[in-house]
Amino acid sequence: MTTFRRHLRIGKVWALTLLVGMVGLAGLVSTPAQAELDMAITTEGVRQIPLALLPLAQENLLPSPVLAVVQADLVRSGLFRAVDISGIVPLPSEAKQIRMADFRARDARQVLTGSVQPQADGRFQLRVQLVDAVTEAVRINQSFTVAPAALRQTAHQIADEVYQELTGERGAFSTRIAYIVKGGGRYQLKVADADAYNEQTVLSSREPIISPRWSPDGKRMAYVSFELNRPSVVVQNLATGERKTVANFKGNNSAPAWSPDGRQLAVTLSRDGIAQIYVMPADGSGLPRRVMTTRAIDTEACFTPDGTALVFTSDRGGSPQIYRVPLNGGNAQRLTFSGAYNVSPRISPDGSKMTYVQQSGSVFRVMLQDLDSGQTQTLTDTQLDESPSFSPNGRIILYATRVGGRGVLAMVSADGRVRQRFTTQAGDVYEPAWGPYP
Amino acid sequence: MKTVFALTAVATVLLAACSSTPTTPVKVEEVRTTPAPEASVVKPAAAPASSAAVTPTQPIAPAKPLEVAESMDGPFPPKGQGGDLGKRTIYYGFDEFAVPEDSKPVVSAHAAFLTRHAKAHLLVQGNCDERGSREYNLALGMRRAEGVKALLTLSGAADAQIEASSFGKEKPVDAGHDENAWAKNRRVDLVYQGE
Repeated sequence: MTTFRRHLRIGKVWALTLLVGMVGLAGLVSTPAQAELDMAITTEGVRQIPLALLPLAQENLLPSPVLAVVQADLVRSGLFRAVDISGIVPLPSEAKQIRMADFRARDARQVLTGSVQPQADGRFQLRVQLVDAVTEAVRINQSFTVAPAALRQTAHQIADEVYQELTGERGAFSTRIAYIVKGGGRYQLKVADADAYNEQTVLSSREPIISPRWSPDGKRMAYVSFELNRPSVVVQNLATGERKTVANFKGNNSAPAWSPDGRQLAVTLSRDGIAQIYVMPADGSGLPRRVMTTRAIDTEACFTPDGTALVFTSDRGGSPQIYRVPLNGGNAQRLTFSGAYNVSPRISPDGSKMTYVQQSGSVFRVMLQDLDSGQTQTLTDTQLDESPSFSPNGRIILYATRVGGRGVLAMVSADGRVRQRFTTQAGDVYEPAWGPYP
Repeated sequence: MKTVFALTAVATVLLAACSSTPTTPVKVEEVRTTPAPEASVVKPAAAPASSAAVTPTQPIAPAKPLEVAESMDGPFPPKGQGGDLGKRTIYYGFDEFAVPEDSKPVVSAHAAFLTRHAKAHLLVQGNCDERGSREYNLALGMRRAEGVKALLTLSGAADAQIEASSFGKEKPVDAGHDENAWAKNRRVDLVYQGE
């Protein structure tokens, strides 16, 4: 087991610079990025790829760093180890200059190198190459022409390319996350890059906000707001800021979930007394259709990736458990059998796994269930876990937990081997939701 | 005596209704509620007074005249006055939603007040402790509130006088992270409109 801790201060000033340029854009209220991202990574039994990341030639000409962002992304995945390159002089900046023996001597299996070329129009050309230090094959050879404001985004793209080339799965470094920050008497719905930088405020309210859910195209956010003195479901366009209350019936209106085509929302309404699940048009145009009629709490629905069924929480059996119900009629089938409290289900993008929260004694932990075999695994060692959601490649689960009495975001790989925690100084952070691919 | 029997019958029906629901909670972690001291003990003497109130055709004068405060939104019993009517909170065990036996006199007292004051309007707000899912807790808080509302209407209050709602775990009264705080947060608040 390897545990290491880093304080990443990179990008702080740059994130601010980027935000200033974005004020007024996108209908989002920009706020300074958190002062410090304190990230603790724990890896257990992971075979890490030793990777040498070389400074880009002329990177000092860039207004914000690129290589450090690429490195942070890859190291954070837990699947890569950054090889110490001190003592290699001069550092190569393209594949043909690399003396492979230098890197093989340091046990580096892969070498990432590149250069920066300023363009006449103010943009920069970034050239990156990934070379196998053993076979000497050039595995990535790409160039990007980038506006200064998009450098960080390009760094995430480079990390995605390297990740996919070396692991065979699509990277999720270019995606975004949403979460709620409670502090100073306010509740704020925020979106940020998957590394928690470039944070922007979608909504700020004196009343609670819960259950943010990205539309499948990433352009809209559904969430539950208490502004109207009762929980109601709001859909907000992230580009224009336009908001529409789509469900505000008597009682509670909550737990929105998008259908895979983005046209329908599953919601929980208690207009007939007890919480029940309905499906309605996502634009609020039609009447909600009740999916089941039970005398128990039914809530927290999510669509299966094929859109044919809902997976949800119900206490119909005497305690909250997770069930699956087909949308074209048919009986609900129970999915969780161990533990007396299983809640907050989400299905992996390939439909093969389910993450949820289970109470065990006095702790609440993120679980993973293989939907074919029914086999379950406890993924976390934290105490009061909530609201897990999959990264779009299904590799990582983002969730909320409490550390030192404070709400924080955390991530765990779907195999349970890589764990990380984000700590900000921003008050309580909770209700995270991982957005789709851009 | 007749009214006492009637009340017992109502209570029995209610209990039967509760126990016949297929969703009787499994006590995941049985935690005795520790309500605020003033809400803990049910005085048997209070029962006849409350039961008298549910049959307004045969009023029995209460020992002490009931104080009523008036607002533009309707009358309400002043907070903190003596007896069950002064109590505004009902406490629950973890993942439980049935009105606890020792809180039923409080609900009866408010039902009697609503019955006597047709213009009074009561908000019944369910709340939960911080553990577990926010959405499930929102639904659980609603179930707690609906349970109180059902008991109020069974005891004579009009449906239109009562609105049940839930804040889930979003509005704790105690921001602590221990059982002491959790017990205070698993609650239904009774709030009269206008007070």
